[in-house]
Amino acid sequence: MAFDYDKYIRPGKLPHIWCPGCGHGIVMKGLIRAIDTLGLDKNNTAIVSGIGCASRLPGYLDCCTLHTAHGRAAAFATGVKMAKPEMNVILCGGDGDGTAIGGNHFIHACRRNIDMTYIIMNNNIYGMTGGQFSPCTPTGAKASTTPYGNPDPSFDVAQLAIGAGATFVARGTAYHATQIDKLIVEAIQHKGFSVVEILDDCPTTYGRRNKFKSVIEMMNRLKDVAVPVKAAEKMTAEQLQGKIITGVLHKVEKPEYTTEYAKVIERAQK
Amino acid sequence: MEKKLPTIEIIEKYCKGCHICVEFCPTKVLEMKGFVASVKNLEACIKCMQCELRCPDFAIKVSA
Ligand SMILES: Cc1ncc(C[n+]2csc(CCOP(=O)(O)OP(=O)(O)O)c2C)c(N)n1
Ligand code: SF4
Ligand code: SF4
Ligand code: SF4
Ligand SMILES: [Mg+2]
Repeated sequence: MAFDYDKYIRPGKLPHIWCPGCGHGIVMKGLIRAIDTLGLDKNNTAIVSGIGCASRLPGYLDCCTLHTAHGRAAAFATGVKMAKPEMNVILCGGDGDGTAIGGNHFIHACRRNIDMTYIIMNNNIYGMTGGQFSPCTPTGAKASTTPYGNPDPSFDVAQLAIGAGATFVARGTAYHATQIDKLIVEAIQHKGFSVVEILDDCPTTYGRRNKFKSVIEMMNRLKDVAVPVKAAEKMTAEQLQGKIITGVLHKVEKPEYTTEYAKVIERAQK
Repeated sequence: MEKKLPTIEIIEKYCKGCHICVEFCPTKVLEMKGFVASVKNLEACIKCMQCELRCPDFAIKVSA
């Protein structure tokens, strides 16, 4: 049987607004399969986003959803989780939303290790607003605001999350569709703040400016740059030049925020 | 014994014609017909589900 996505989509919401070949749809399908695999109760699952093409995702899902302010998904989601610690809280959004305007909220959610899962769709650009460069635009790449090539070094989202204290960090790609739900399942099961970065494609505002003839070329690039963690361990630094490591990159156990906060409440009430 | 063929459903009103399913099908089952994907050679389908998994638009369903 084909997988029944309709069970999780709000009636009448498809087709979605994303452009032909935009990877956000592939990520949304992965998230739906992950929710299904875990058997999460839709009424006890909050999907929270900021602003951007990627951040339109929650609007399609028949769960408890919040479409908030640009970069502020983590702040709103933290509010939900603190009020209802028993709820599954999943954040999603783009690289611009999460690492530019929302960078501060992102690192502090990591630092607190609050039990939520953040899916960041990194297409290296501000897609929605017409292709301005983001902190994840590669050095040298063209954006509407860097027509002569981007002089900035870019963030490595996964390393940023690890450095800021996230206790589970994984990376996948829109090309490797079968892996997406597996990473999200593991992230949701992890107790603490988990980050899943999905290398994504924006054919409309990034691809065209950066000499990708089609979305197929963008997908092939994702296929070529990705190296699974296990394979990377056997490779030299030289062989890893220009490659991006995928899979579960980091997993540690640390005290979780809502649990620690409950202890604070207990102490205060004594 | 005749092998049982899968059913491939393409929801034309969802398909945005991105070519992803066509390009990455390992056995070239699919083709573009104008702006939408269509089945060209069902016999070759190995039911790997890659087309369904990668379609960003919920437009293709493979039932084994
Ligand atoms: C406070 C505020 N500043 C700027 C904007 C304009 N804006 C909307 S979406 C966006 C960038 C989105 O980029 P990203 O998060 O990478 O998502 P994508 O569209 O690439 O999926 C910006 C700058 C806004 N909506 N609100
Ligand atoms: S502009 Fe880019 S990110 Fe936005 S829907 Fe189109 S392809 Fe996707
Ligand atoms: S299931 Fe696999 S073989 Fe069959 S059409 Fe889809 S991609 Fe091709
Ligand atoms: S992947 Fe989906 S949207 Fe793209 S051509 Fe195939 S059926 Fe259509
Ligand atoms: Mg983006």
